Amino acid sequence: MSRLRWLPMPLHSLLLLVVWLLLNNTVSPGHLVLGTVLALIIPLLCAPLQTTQPRVVRPLLALRYTLKVLVDIVVANIEVAILVLGPMRRLQPGFVAVPLEITADLPVTLLASTVSLTPGTVSAEVSEDRQWLYVHALNLTDEQALIDTIKTRYEAPLKEIFAC
Amino acid sequence: MNFWVELSITILLLIGGVFVLVGSIGLARLPDFYTRLHAPTKATTVGMGGILIASMLLMSAEQGYLSLHELLITLFLLITAPITAHMLAKTALHHETRALKRTRSMHLMAQAREQLPPTSSDD
Repeated sequence: MSRLRWLPMPLHSLLLLVVWLLLNNTVSPGHLVLGTVLALIIPLLCAPLQTTQPRVVRPLLALRYTLKVLVDIVVANIEVAILVLGPMRRLQPGFVAVPLEITADLPVTLLASTVSLTPGTVSAEVSEDRQWLYVHALNLTDEQALIDTIKTRYEAPLKEIFAC
Repeated sequence: MNFWVELSITILLLIGGVFVLVGSIGLARLPDFYTRLHAPTKATTVGMGGILIASMLLMSAEQGYLSLHELLITLFLLITAPITAHMLAKTALHHETRALKRTRSMHLMAQAREQLPPTSSDD
């Protein structure tokens, strides 16, 4: 894709305009013009700061992934709520190291965020060689099962979305 | 305002309130720092989500046009919650905050602190 000099990040510009309109909760012409001006100027200022990230190759799959994560968040909330209100003695927290297949910054960040938002797990640290994700689990019953879930449910689709 | 709109706003507010309350209870009840991280990062996403959707419905019903900036708040929450949790966990690891005694695979904490790959020793 050829990059226009006055519009270095077209998708970001569109996103900025949408966010501006949502923030102001209006589609009045004045805000449309102001939002457009901002959406044109801000990417121009930020373009030199960009680092190259893998591109989303399969947007539809990305949408499905988002919906799946949203459903999982609701389920996670209910699970954690039950654990929190239950007896503390039965809680079995634990650390797990999940081997990673994706290594680029953006997919790993997305995976770590997803892990933090979903059932009973918080991502604590990534190893420097980007091969391992350290995860703290609130109630660790089966270590291997947790690793398998993270890998098949979240990492595999991310790998497909970014084709890396 | 329509009865059904009011009812759904009430239900959403109740669900949201319950989850935020559970998040706070978790913060007070859970035994160590690492487990405490779980309550606010999760229980608040649905809690806040419920309250914000209720606000969206109320505003749209009262003012007669679609009010969408609550969606933006939800989005920002979903982006920032895991990052906060991650930074807190990272800081705790570097401060060598002690985890609960029965935490499994405690040896991983030292490796995680140094950002090294895990060694395959058992507990």
